[in-house]
Amino acid sequence: MKRVLPIVVASVGVVLSAAPSFADARAKARSDARTEIEFGLQVAQKGLWHEAIYRWEKATQIDPTYAAAFNDLAIAYEHEGQLDKARKAYEKALELDPNNSQIRQNYELFKEINDRTSAAREK
Amino acid sequence: MIGRVRPEKSNGAGHVAVLATAALLAGFAIACGPDYYEIPIETPIQPKLDVSPFQRVLVAGFVAGGTEDVDANQETVRLLRSQLRTKSQLRVIDADILPLMDVAQEDAKPAAIADSGPREGGSGQSTTDHQVSGQPAAPQGVALPAKIKDDKDIEPYERLFANTAYWKRIGEEYQNPLIVTGTVLFMPQSRSGFVQRDQEVMDSFGRRRVVPMRSYLERKGFVLKPKFVFIDGRTGATMYSESYREEVLYNAQQQTPALSSYFELMDRLVPNFLSALSSQKIKGTRVLLK
Repeated sequence: MKRVLPIVVASVGVVLSAAPSFADARAKARSDARTEIEFGLQVAQKGLWHEAIYRWEKATQIDPTYAAAFNDLAIAYEHEGQLDKARKAYEKALELDPNNSQIRQNYELFKEINDRTSAAREK
Repeated sequence: MIGRVRPEKSNGAGHVAVLATAALLAGFAIACGPDYYEIPIETPIQPKLDVSPFQRVLVAGFVAGGTEDVDANQETVRLLRSQLRTKSQLRVIDADILPLMDVAQEDAKPAAIADSGPREGGSGQSTTDHQVSGQPAAPQGVALPAKIKDDKDIEPYERLFANTAYWKRIGEEYQNPLIVTGTVLFMPQSRSGFVQRDQEVMDSFGRRRVVPMRSYLERKGFVLKPKFVFIDGRTGATMYSESYREEVLYNAQQQTPALSSYFELMDRLVPNFLSALSSQKIKGTRVLLK
């Protein structure tokens, strides 16, 4: 018992000390992803959509829970005519933030075009 | 004296602190900025048809009817040719418009005669050019109405588009282009009933209010129902077809010429027609988020 106690105490210590570091890591990931998103926003507004895609893909890799990154990436894919990828990215964005009206509105507008063209192809 | 100096010093420090805070807040506001940006985008849409085997397109003509105020065959051919010239990679063939109604009626004749018994001195084979290679006449004994007034009248004419021998012959004549043909029904319509409209009223306090009002209206206008058929000029086979319906209604008192209504309705359909042959860009706006 005497031998086990220090191990238990040490383990609890490790877990407790690790907990804040997970939170820190997550916050850092969000911050890094946000930097990529902001850069992507700047270049997209200048019409450099390929660079924007690169940045936003990176943002989604850094923080896969960042809905805005998936939304922006979906828009860029849509602009480039990569409609399958756009649909998946919009769906992921909505999965992460289902109550975001702006993402939903983007997705509805996208669906209107995509459904129309695929319906026409099925004719 | 000292008492006066001290407050001055502390005031200066206060100003610096206020300025620093203001600068910090301004910097923060700039760094944060808005959380969303509206951005215009253009979504490219791939053509529905693979037109790569063709270099030329022949808008052959249409089986048309509905009203005598507009020659829907001629107007549709003219409009589509001019649109294709500017918005498609294909070279548009300038040729006489095919009188497809006459062709279909001509095709119907032998079958009608055959139904009434063998012809004198005839071999029993087709007498028209459109039945080469033993192809049956397109409408096969179905009486074709001389004038097209509605959908029912146009239906028997549609068999003409399945007459591959005829279209192959047209294709050979024009060196195997992509052939665009079909039917166009443009007819007047009138409708009456209750319509809900917003109306401004003044309430008892003299304030303006907008309230929905239902009123009975008699309206008239036109309906346009085109069916575009795309035929491979090398084989005479139909590659693709699509049908549309558009309508416009005006107040009964309003006098709108049939031709301007026709163009108004065709304007709505032309992008869809073109999207079958060439890639299109659909403009819109989306919201980018931070």
